[in-house]
Amino acid sequence: MESAKGPVEAAESPAANAKGPVEVVKPSADERGRGEASGHRSAGRPGWPARLGEVPHLGLVAALALLAVVGLVTVPDSFATGSNLVSILALAATIGVITVGATFVIIGGGIDLSVGAVMALASVWATTLATQSYGPLVMIVCAVLVGAGAGLVNGWLIAYGRLVPFIATLAMLVAARGLAQRMSDRKTQLVQQGNEMIVELSTTRLLGLPLLVYVFALVVVAGWVVLNRTTFGRRTYAVGGNPEAARLAGIDVRRHTVWLYALSGLCCGIAAVLIMARTTTGSSTHGDLYELDAIAAVIIGGTLLTGGRGSIVGSILGLLIFTVITNLFILNGLNTSDQLIAKGLIIVVAVLLQRRSLRSST
Amino acid sequence: MSENSPLLLMKGIVKQFPGVRALDGVDLEVLPGEVHCLLGQNGAGKSTLIKTLAGAHQPDEGTITLGGEPVRLSSPIAAIRLGISTIYQELDLVEGLSVAENVFLGHEPARLGFVGQGEANRATRALLARLGHGEIRPTTQVGRLSPAARQVVSMARALSHDTRLIIMDEPSAALAHDEVDNLFRIIRELTAQGVAVVYISHRLEEIRQIGDRVTVLKDGRTVAVGLPAKDTPTRQIVSLMTGRNVEHVFPPRRDGPATGEEVLRVEGLTVPGVFADVSFAVRAGEIVGLAGLVGSGRSEIIEAVYGARRFSGRVVVEGRPVRRGGTTGAVRLGMGLAPEERKAQALLLDQSVTRNISLASLGRYSRFGWLDRRREAEDARALVETLDIRPPDPDRPVKTLSGGNQQKAVLARWLLNGRKLLLLDEPTRGVDVGARAELYAVIRELAEKGVGVLLVSSEVPEVLGLADRVLVIREGTIIHQADAGDLDEHRVLDMIMEGSAL
Ligand SMILES: Nc1ncnc2c1ncn2[C@@H]1O[C@H](COP(=O)(O)OP(=O)(O)OP(=O)(O)O)[C@@H](O)[C@H]1O
Ligand SMILES: [Mg+2]
Repeated sequence: MESAKGPVEAAESPAANAKGPVEVVKPSADERGRGEASGHRSAGRPGWPARLGEVPHLGLVAALALLAVVGLVTVPDSFATGSNLVSILALAATIGVITVGATFVIIGGGIDLSVGAVMALASVWATTLATQSYGPLVMIVCAVLVGAGAGLVNGWLIAYGRLVPFIATLAMLVAARGLAQRMSDRKTQLVQQGNEMIVELSTTRLLGLPLLVYVFALVVVAGWVVLNRTTFGRRTYAVGGNPEAARLAGIDVRRHTVWLYALSGLCCGIAAVLIMARTTTGSSTHGDLYELDAIAAVIIGGTLLTGGRGSIVGSILGLLIFTVITNLFILNGLNTSDQLIAKGLIIVVAVLLQRRSLRSST
Repeated sequence: MSENSPLLLMKGIVKQFPGVRALDGVDLEVLPGEVHCLLGQNGAGKSTLIKTLAGAHQPDEGTITLGGEPVRLSSPIAAIRLGISTIYQELDLVEGLSVAENVFLGHEPARLGFVGQGEANRATRALLARLGHGEIRPTTQVGRLSPAARQVVSMARALSHDTRLIIMDEPSAALAHDEVDNLFRIIRELTAQGVAVVYISHRLEEIRQIGDRVTVLKDGRTVAVGLPAKDTPTRQIVSLMTGRNVEHVFPPRRDGPATGEEVLRVEGLTVPGVFADVSFAVRAGEIVGLAGLVGSGRSEIIEAVYGARRFSGRVVVEGRPVRRGGTTGAVRLGMGLAPEERKAQALLLDQSVTRNISLASLGRYSRFGWLDRRREAEDARALVETLDIRPPDPDRPVKTLSGGNQQKAVLARWLLNGRKLLLLDEPTRGVDVGARAELYAVIRELAEKGVGVLLVSSEVPEVLGLADRVLVIREGTIIHQADAGDLDEHRVLDMIMEGSAL
């Protein structure tokens, strides 16, 4: 060992000492230039082609544009009509709201398989004769509360009961469907006379678009804002990206997890209102396999299933791609099996592309 | 091949990352049987260079010659087949697998496709014994091991191949003093057999002890080749590395004992099986150092104080008790912890430097949950400058920074928001000499402003140079307390080693 003082021997003028502790080793003005001097190394902003790759979601937008071209070529008369666009958006709205919640959960490092079932349960609960007797507003509140409540249960089981998210929400999926069947006696419950306000969400139009599309837009905007502009959003990325680091930084990871699932449940409740509006019914069969569509949309949108990375905009683009494909198949009169095969392929291609871009960035 | 023809020759290696030219024409020449040290500041390109050598990165330009023949190292497997094995700076073990499975990952001893687990375990046990760590069981899950033990495992992995060249990227950063000696013993064994070692470290005294020749990198270029490791003056090496002279490593201490209020009082702190009945206090403006071997309970004490572990006993911060097992409360009480393992315990690798820095002080930038991102960015930028994080771009994902610069980002997180008590676990791990001095100065300045600091370091000189008061820990008990000025390195080393089996 050469010196008890440390790894480097003090050299030269002790006069620098007088400047105070921090100044002691501050590089002098010409050395500060190091940063700029090494400009040849940190080659500033990358050039155009590289920057194009950085435009977020470029691939998704391109895919969507491609699908639009396919639509214009194969079914020129029916695809680009106003009514078709409206129907695409209306179709996307319900799962879209769910997708926003699912994006939060997945960025936070979890997964929610119960979304479709919870939506069904909320729709059933809100359309029982007892609930309906209080009028449409109570129905809405009921749906939202049931959704959020189911989400809270999920979150609590996962955060404090230490169940794996996959298991906890799978259990909720089964149980919520069961409860919905029980409450409705497996019958489809119509929205009663006097409560048409709910249905008006789908029939009333503002600037050509049904109200439920605005609800969808509102949820997306709210989701984006929360994820990108609030502490809640930041913490979501942290909790999903590195839970141990989040914990040691003083974030209450468990409580945050509960809120994430509650948020997802809340979105299911809102989706339940939208589906009641569209179908004028509450039913235990609503939302079958929505969880798969929502998760697929999130993944196509570039959110990592392992958490810590992703975006709302990506998820919504992913969802629109899915919805447009469905629409194209219907307009072209192709059968639904082919449609499923096409969707499966798209998921694989999207993930492969993402893996490539992940690798090139590390 | 004659005795003196180089084993490895790298010429004009260039590696460009998006936005950064990490290597800009590097030359490296390694002779058989020598320990060749690679020196350079954080971000100079050392790890990138050895990754091109390990087949983990493909160089954009340049040639690599191994044993006289030009080679292309297209993948890590290709490099291993050619006899190059690597111990990476950031540990790359699979936590869910056992020690033996990790050691033989990718080249499992197999018969008819069945993994010969017994054989792997036996071979692993032999390797670990050779490394002086017979106590690590081959069947233990790696996730349960301490950082130091993991380092030993990755060393065993490197030794499990037939190699001509072993690359070690800061192998000693996670090791305590006695373990470094052990490491050196193994390096000497290897070089005696003609194996060459490329050794990276920021601890110059190690270079002196083990190195034969030194290559210095600066800003992605070779600035000096083949300097004699033993007797090139420190000043010359440092100025080659940094392009300037580092005046003082440690800032001057304040005179006299600390008289501030007590910020931390620990009484009878016990975590069964790890440490017992630990009591001490830290005053405002005081830096208290914990000296001890890895495994002596230093990190665990710090984690318990922070509430990250269940404990019995009392921890009081400014008169208010810390709850066991809840870090949120600790942060609210004004504590901050820079943990030992930056990657696993501190960083959000995908996120920007800014977001990593502000993580623990989001509350400060928000109003009703709404973030003031401009203020956040301003503060982060200021810290990037103060700590000289390079490249000085707060929007870069943290994973693209070099190891030492990542460490600075971890510290920056706690410098940001007025902490009353900072718990620093190996704060300068992997930080280069120049930047260390800057960090020390920042820590001292914080203390001068009234922050209490509890510091853990494997480097005794660091504890003695920076701390006001030192607690010496052995096997989970405090065996000595004294002012840092009254201790010297040898005495402290004697105390922490005495009675330990090694
Ligand atoms: N995957 C990556 N993407 C972009 N930039 C990178 C990547 N890896 C390294 N860099 C940059 O390349 C430069 C060299 O980094 P490198 O890790 O080789 O430094 P180092 O000499 O090992 O430093 P340290 O002593 O801190 O470990 C740094 O500016 C770093 O930010
Ligand atoms: Mg490095």
